[in-house]
Amino acid sequence: MNAIKYFIKSFSFWELLKGLGVTGKYFFAKKITVQYPEEKTPMSPRFRGLHALRRYANGEERCIACKLCEAVCPALAITIDSEEREDGTRRTTRYDIDLFKCIYCGFCEEACPVDAIVETHIFEYHFEEHGQQIMTKEKLLEIGDKYEAEIAANKQADAVYR
Amino acid sequence: MIDSFLAIGLDVWDWFPADMQTLLFIIGKILLILLPLLLCVAYITFAERKVIGYMQSRIGPNRVGFRGWLQPIADALKLMFKEVIIPTKSDKYLFLIAPVLSIMPALAAWAVIPFDRGVVLTDVNAGLLYVLALTSIGVYGVIIAGWASNSKYAIISSLRVGAQIVAYEIAMGFALVGVLMASGSLNMSVIVEGQAGGIGSWYIWPLFPMFFVYFISGVAETNRAPFDVAEGESEIVAGFHVEYSGMAFAIFFLAEYANIILISALTALLFLGGWLSPFEGLLAADHWLAGTSFFWFFAKACIFAFCFLWFRATFPRYRYDQIMRLGWKVFIPVTIVWLVVEAVMVVAEVGPWAV
Repeated sequence: MNAIKYFIKSFSFWELLKGLGVTGKYFFAKKITVQYPEEKTPMSPRFRGLHALRRYANGEERCIACKLCEAVCPALAITIDSEEREDGTRRTTRYDIDLFKCIYCGFCEEACPVDAIVETHIFEYHFEEHGQQIMTKEKLLEIGDKYEAEIAANKQADAVYR
Repeated sequence: MIDSFLAIGLDVWDWFPADMQTLLFIIGKILLILLPLLLCVAYITFAERKVIGYMQSRIGPNRVGFRGWLQPIADALKLMFKEVIIPTKSDKYLFLIAPVLSIMPALAAWAVIPFDRGVVLTDVNAGLLYVLALTSIGVYGVIIAGWASNSKYAIISSLRVGAQIVAYEIAMGFALVGVLMASGSLNMSVIVEGQAGGIGSWYIWPLFPMFFVYFISGVAETNRAPFDVAEGESEIVAGFHVEYSGMAFAIFFLAEYANIILISALTALLFLGGWLSPFEGLLAADHWLAGTSFFWFFAKACIFAFCFLWFRATFPRYRYDQIMRLGWKVFIPVTIVWLVVEAVMVVAEVGPWAV
């Protein structure tokens, strides 16, 4: 009996027709494509994109060269040199992130005790020459200054979960 | 002004010897078939990407031109400007002749395809044999490509194609014998005319198993999914054309898609009454839907071409031994049994035909 059932089933292409039915149904289904440059998907406040160094409201840079980010970085992408400033505080003289090494894990942001290094929403960037992938302290501070409002808003939105 | 140009044109035409005139006339007819055919080939690649995209809830290419309609032209331009790399240790002559060998039969077979009543390049009496012979030659292109590439993947692929096409060629031939018995002729036009009388008298009904075997063998013959072990990406990279690039690669692609259109057109001609209207006999004879038309043929061929794309979007690839089993142990027995059934029907004068 089972053999006959199997025979009829395979010769009537039953399972193949079922498969064709599924694809046939999806042929008319609503398309879910996001037309990227014109349309974008919503982004979480926790999104980890390009890095930035922040400042306090009075213009003083937050980073105190504690080197916790350098220590936690699993890809060894961060290089920090520091020295004593005239007013006796410790500050970085060099803060480089190699974006070719960086894996965007966000550990540096987690480790920072003063919320100085953060990862922003920016993910559409490119380099045109060798060497541009090294984000220097100046470049990072510049990004931080430019997007401070956005960074602060994202930190605020995420603060309740921390 | 125009009259004088026409007169000059006619003078020039008369100046040619009679043989030359015939030759030019034939070349003109060939171009009239080939150019629209190549346009169809270009746009079936576009249709494929769109259809498969739609079936995967995507929208497919839509950037080049209005809704992506210039995509195939952009693709062709890109491929034309790419370098044709000839591997150092390949057989250079065979390497370059292989793409030609694979596209030549796919295009030459169109010589006997009737597009409408009397609209055919050459109305050969052995049309069906000619088509069968030419579709078999197509495999040489693939085998030679695999051999000349001097690549292990390519040779494995061409061995697979060789075995597969031989297996399905037989089932396909038997399916066509069924059509022959029904129509009593090898001439394509006569086969189509034998199906006159509306949707009920098409050969698809008395030859239903043959129709299935023929179409599925056609899918296998063109190396399309789910029978595309020849280019199984996961095992042998891209199959017989791994070593090809640029226009040489594009010609293999053209051949594949030209074969798809050919098989679709043949199925429409042999089983669905080609250019005949399905409403013949149902509607008044002078109704605009009841007449014979190229568009009926085109629409029927399009249905099958769509099926090719639909299959590709649906079915996972067959395992190689399963392909062989299906060809030798299922299709050939089925066709042989149905040939016997048909022979009995013909002798007993049952069914739509009586030879």
